[in-house]
Amino acid sequence: MAELEMELVGAPPARRANPRAARLARRAWAAAWPKLAAAAIGLGLWQLVVSLGIWPDYLLPGPGAVVARLALDGGRSDFYLAVGITLQRAAGDYAAALVIGSLLGVAVAASRLLRRAVGSMITGLQSMPTIAWFPLAILLFGLSERAILFVVVLGAAPSVANGLISGIDQVPPLLLRAARVIGARGPSLYRHVVLPAALPAFVGGLKQGWAFAWRSLMAGELLVNVAGHPSLGVRLQFARELADAEGLLAAMIVLLVIGMVVDGVFGVLERRIRSQWGLAV
Amino acid sequence: MAVALASVSKHFGHGVDEVLALNRVSLSIQPGEFVCLVGASGSGKSTLLSLLAGLDRPSEGSLDTGGAHTTLMFQEPALFPWLTAAGNVELPLALRGMQKAERRREVGRLLELVRLSEFAGRHPHELSGGMRQRVALARALAQAAEVLLMDEPFGALDAITRDLLHDELERIWRERGLSVLFVTHNAREAVRLGDRVLVFSSRPGRVAAEFPVDLPRPRRIESPELAVLAARIYDRLRLEADLDG
Repeated sequence: MAELEMELVGAPPARRANPRAARLARRAWAAAWPKLAAAAIGLGLWQLVVSLGIWPDYLLPGPGAVVARLALDGGRSDFYLAVGITLQRAAGDYAAALVIGSLLGVAVAASRLLRRAVGSMITGLQSMPTIAWFPLAILLFGLSERAILFVVVLGAAPSVANGLISGIDQVPPLLLRAARVIGARGPSLYRHVVLPAALPAFVGGLKQGWAFAWRSLMAGELLVNVAGHPSLGVRLQFARELADAEGLLAAMIVLLVIGMVVDGVFGVLERRIRSQWGLAV
Repeated sequence: MAVALASVSKHFGHGVDEVLALNRVSLSIQPGEFVCLVGASGSGKSTLLSLLAGLDRPSEGSLDTGGAHTTLMFQEPALFPWLTAAGNVELPLALRGMQKAERRREVGRLLELVRLSEFAGRHPHELSGGMRQRVALARALAQAAEVLLMDEPFGALDAITRDLLHDELERIWRERGLSVLFVTHNAREAVRLGDRVLVFSSRPGRVAAEFPVDLPRPRRIESPELAVLAARIYDRLRLEADLDG
């Protein structure tokens, strides 16, 4: 393992012809190598467990077989259909959670009465395992898109709302005084000062909300198989039923990668906002 | 009269917790006059400015700005960190309903006035403390107020930056014909800037003494004449502090 890492660190960071390109390549390499090393270590451990022979190959295939399967699936249209359906749901349901969470957050932050009424309930909802909502959702909406939407919104909206509420609560009083001095009142105070000041915390809430939405969506796709909508969750479920371990692990890798990519996008957004706001990154 | 206060009192809290912050304060500022207010911290100076800025109401007494607009600058620049220097200056103009093209011209004029034209696109955290306070001054001036209230605005700056900002403020005060009420705990700074210096007593706050400043402008903060008057003001301040302690 140490040898592997040495090799990775020691790899030459591209040509030196163009200094700017070289610097960029060095930076990309500096950012990438720990991740690549960690992935290599992960794959190594996986292969190690496979090699111990605790489970037969057809239950726990090695990384090589799964990567080959991934390449095979990647050439088939039903794979992209499943990824497309899952992503479409993720985007649509998360957008709904974002709108509802934001409206709820502003309302609770602005009204003392509303805060007393539902403030602690929002935090309570946040800690409730979203999968526990599915039996009710299926009773109310049947095995439908709406059942999934219902649970994703319940899972993600509280985080979005809480991010916004804490962002609004943490606006420095001095900025509010300055805003009043320059004549910002009521809606213009919110639009020009309170909401921009709350943005860094809000983006934190959005990121957390995404994590909850993604989990809720997967739980939903495993439990709620909407006819004619072969999503990634459905592929997981079918792979288990058919004892297709390679297909199952391939689908899981896709889920992991999607989650990481979206999280990375939020991370970039968060860092950019924090640096523009002059906050420590 | 740009500002007139008659027997203004302010208390906070109720019953046994009641605190009298200001006790029958009377003072007036003429149009174009630069008045400095010195006093120990906690003497109610900031409360007085809040009342004048309309952020709070007096408990008793009358407060008259004769329809003149007031604006307030704090010890901290209190700039909006997500906006550039230009954006900070532009916001009060936008809130006043000024059109975009006119706003842009006015922002240019104001940033030039505080000598920050080159830094229009910078965010507050990219500026030095003195620059930030100059942006705050430009933002205050953007409100087209006739009365500028300043709450220890240069208290957190180093001596050289403060000295330069005194020159700037004096120049802008003259160019714009502003009335200024400048709060500080630094008697030299008060004598450097003010036409008059008022000494504020603590607990409850009230005007305890008044010193006219007859030194010709431009003044230098290190000049002996200025130091003599500042020393007299310090003595008066210490008397107040002794009475209080």
